Amino acid sequence: MTNPAVRVRGLGKTYRIGRSGQRPTTAVEAMLQRLRSPLARSRFTEFDALDGIDLDVPWGEALGIVGRNGAGKSTLLKVLTRVTAPTRGRIELGGRMGSLLEVGTGFSGELTGRENIFLNGSILGMTRSEIRSSFDEIVEFSGVEKFLDTQVKRYSSGMYVRLAFAVAAHLRTEILAIDEVLAVGDAEFQRKSLAKMRDVAKDGRTVLYVSHQVQTVTSLCTSAVFLDRGRLTFAGSVDDTLEVYRRSFERYAEEQRDATRRAGSGQLRAQTVVPASDVFEPAETKRFTVAVGKNADLVGQYFVSAHINDINGTVIAQCDSRAVGGWFDPAKEQEVRLSLRAPWLKPGRYTVDVFLCQMGVLDAWEGAASFEVLPGSPYPEMTLDEATARGVILADFDYEATVQARR
Amino acid sequence: MTTTPFPFTPTGIVRRVDAAPSPNAVVITPPGRLGLPRWSELWGAREVLYRFGQRDVLLRYRQTAVGVLWVVLQPLASAGIFSLVFGTVANLPSQGMPYFVFSYAGMLAWNLFNNVVGRSAPSLVTNQALVSKVFFPRLLVPLSTAMSVMLDFGVALVLGVVLLFVYGVNPGWAVLLLPVWVVLLVCCALGIGLAAASIQVKYRDVGYALPWVMQLVLYGSPVAFSIDAVPHQVRWAFEANPMTWFLEAFRWSFLGLPAPTLWQVGGMVVVSALVLLGGVLVFQKNERLFADVI
Repeated sequence: MTNPAVRVRGLGKTYRIGRSGQRPTTAVEAMLQRLRSPLARSRFTEFDALDGIDLDVPWGEALGIVGRNGAGKSTLLKVLTRVTAPTRGRIELGGRMGSLLEVGTGFSGELTGRENIFLNGSILGMTRSEIRSSFDEIVEFSGVEKFLDTQVKRYSSGMYVRLAFAVAAHLRTEILAIDEVLAVGDAEFQRKSLAKMRDVAKDGRTVLYVSHQVQTVTSLCTSAVFLDRGRLTFAGSVDDTLEVYRRSFERYAEEQRDATRRAGSGQLRAQTVVPASDVFEPAETKRFTVAVGKNADLVGQYFVSAHINDINGTVIAQCDSRAVGGWFDPAKEQEVRLSLRAPWLKPGRYTVDVFLCQMGVLDAWEGAASFEVLPGSPYPEMTLDEATARGVILADFDYEATVQARR
Repeated sequence: MTTTPFPFTPTGIVRRVDAAPSPNAVVITPPGRLGLPRWSELWGAREVLYRFGQRDVLLRYRQTAVGVLWVVLQPLASAGIFSLVFGTVANLPSQGMPYFVFSYAGMLAWNLFNNVVGRSAPSLVTNQALVSKVFFPRLLVPLSTAMSVMLDFGVALVLGVVLLFVYGVNPGWAVLLLPVWVVLLVCCALGIGLAAASIQVKYRDVGYALPWVMQLVLYGSPVAFSIDAVPHQVRWAFEANPMTWFLEAFRWSFLGLPAPTLWQVGGMVVVSALVLLGGVLVFQKNERLFADVI
């Protein structure tokens, strides 16, 4: 077959952002503004959420779309699924596009499970006969048979999400766009959902998948692309793309070293952020020194907030000096020291974001420092890796048991 | 870091499907300034229209104690009040009809019009979670509201027929034209509703202004009183109001009162078509912004 499932050429999406307080929100305001200055064109700045995207996705491909926050991943999916219109460019879809942008949109609490399956299925683009023929499958997948004729508002949140996902997962469209929805339900249900999505791709249909969860991209996708500030900068195998994704954090950190490129009012800037060591043991106290410049004109004290991020960009700890009474005087140059005693960190690479704030943010330095936690276990017993594989951090815990008294 | 030149084909396990190009292929381009909706797409999504309508109906009667009785009570109470105030207190003429049936016929038409406008206008905003997350022809959201209104109208109409027997009124053959007036009135109301719904996405003012405007129209149209009761100096203004034409036509078909003039009938057709077309165009123009501004 010559035509790919999805062909995108020169796609761009531009948002107009009104200057603060400029954008009228009521018709009267809009009219008044027009009356006051009839000739002035409304002022706004333009923001390219997407620009110059070229992309071909062959049939049967499960394509992962990764990128930092705000890179345009969700916008790209919204344009592809026609929720919002593109500003430039052309998209050719080789078949019907179904979307799972958010589980449960279109569910109505007052309707029963059965009625919602039909309502939601039709909104997602299924015909009545399609819904009928997959009805039993949907019910079985969701595991809510007993409550089919109960109003959905009486469902537990787990049941609700399972039913919603089940409807969407049984879409028979040729192309399926998924945004972050696999992170619902318990671990068992997530496994089931991932398997279902893999089956979709095996059927020769095409899956477009957006996620911040690197693990699910690895287990679901057959190829991936990397989006950076609205542009597609890398495409290739999943492993290569994820490598680029991880490296983008480092490159970003490099740029952030230049204080003028950082966000924040700039009335006060951090000069350096230095960890006591490049490598730490998991349970060791991790110390960091933040050197802050001075600004005699700044009234009042400021506080420091440091975020510790793991390699996937998840913030695992916010060390805010307000929480421990740390307020500092901007009139003098300060050397602020942070000691992170708990939690224990899992082996791997970490980055530190440092924020200096008063009422507003004075300096926002993302990726100000990085450090490595060495492989090793802080626990007293030797275990297999699987004993510590789950979880984001290593917790300091104990088990005790007493024999239950018989009644 | 290496950057792959574009356009590219992602490497990976590619399973090709040897099927003919799907008939469902879609090309997406930036929207133009004005445009009519894609009719085939609307038709393809008719199931959504039906399900939305069904949802509206179910939502309104579930968890209500007397359910369908409300639909009947509303026009009955309004007609009762109108016949008390305008018929008994003000002692206005009712073209020889019992005042209660006379104002009930007016209320039938007015409720149909008012409810279609009143329910379709806020429909996009109430469904904003849907509009900003899923693609389907958005036109179906306001259109579907007409379904539950039509059901209410049907119930009220049945009651109206009972009233005709009770009061011994025979409308004659003109009753056969009633469906025509209903369709025209609904088209007209939907045109206004579509435009209002799409504007309300950006400016919520519509939600406050519209009920008020509708109330003005109610008093500016001979719903609760007869056109004969209007003094000659301002009668031309009432005659020029399309709502008057619809009310005259309704009362002709329902009560056998004098028929509207030919120019009024022609006017109804033209006004309905123009308002509906205008509503659709306004809706389409605003549609591309829905997901971004709602």
